[in-house]
Amino acid sequence: VGVRTDAIGKTYPSATYAVGREKIREFAGAVGESNPVHLDLDAARAAGHADLVAPPMFAVVYSRPALGQVMFDPELAVNYAKLVHGAQAFRWGPLVIAGDEITTTVKIQDISVKEAAGLAFYVIASSSVNQRGEVVCSGTWANIVRDVS
Amino acid sequence: VNQGDSFELKITPDRYVTVRYAGAGGDFNPIHIDEEFAQQVGLPGRILHGLWTMAQVARAHTEAGGAPDSLRALSVEFRGMGQIGEEITVSGTVRDVQDGIATIDSEATQSGKRIIRNGVAELKQGG
Repeated sequence: VGVRTDAIGKTYPSATYAVGREKIREFAGAVGESNPVHLDLDAARAAGHADLVAPPMFAVVYSRPALGQVMFDPELAVNYAKLVHGAQAFRWGPLVIAGDEITTTVKIQDISVKEAAGLAFYVIASSSVNQRGEVVCSGTWANIVRDVS
Repeated sequence: VNQGDSFELKITPDRYVTVRYAGAGGDFNPIHIDEEFAQQVGLPGRILHGLWTMAQVARAHTEAGGAPDSLRALSVEFRGMGQIGEEITVSGTVRDVQDGIATIDSEATQSGKRIIRNGVAELKQGG
């Protein structure tokens, strides 16, 4: 399977994710968050929030519908079983609160190959905005696919 | 938070942490949840999700900053493979503080290996 470097710059349709209270609780539990603003509605409200607050890394959840289009793009034919995460960067804006609707757009920033090592590098940029148009998170996702020919 | 300050977070991922994170985070890549599959593709066994480990790095910062919105930015590099059942230590050190924003260097180690390195974060003071 050849690596399609001509897909650099490719964009995909945006995808909107509705942030649910119980999904925040589930995610916070899975990553070991103990701050009650993620878990306890009364504590979140007492801290001045309208509902439960998503932890920063919840960006992974609301970005996924948009991001999945890239990793499962038949034009790229990425071997998912050989995929490892190389690097990750996030920059956060206003907090994401249960009830928000987050719309994410993604773009292929770079694709490169190290032929001798059999590695392909995919860098994807994401931008997520809330229902007020505020950028809540921008992300850079660097993935490595092993054993490419 | 002052220049030179440091913080640490320790956590031992239990054997089902990848299953819970797959459900919570939506990454069902079988290398994280299926022992046989992981071995078939040349791994020693199921490995941690890099983004779960990054979430531990993020949590170390928000706990140091006191609130989820204290963390303004975080970038990391993943190295090697995070193992299930072995304690992870996240450590952060404040490189400098300017205009109320601390720049923090971090890494995560497990069994003497750095599984996250070159972590750089911006943490808002009193966030």
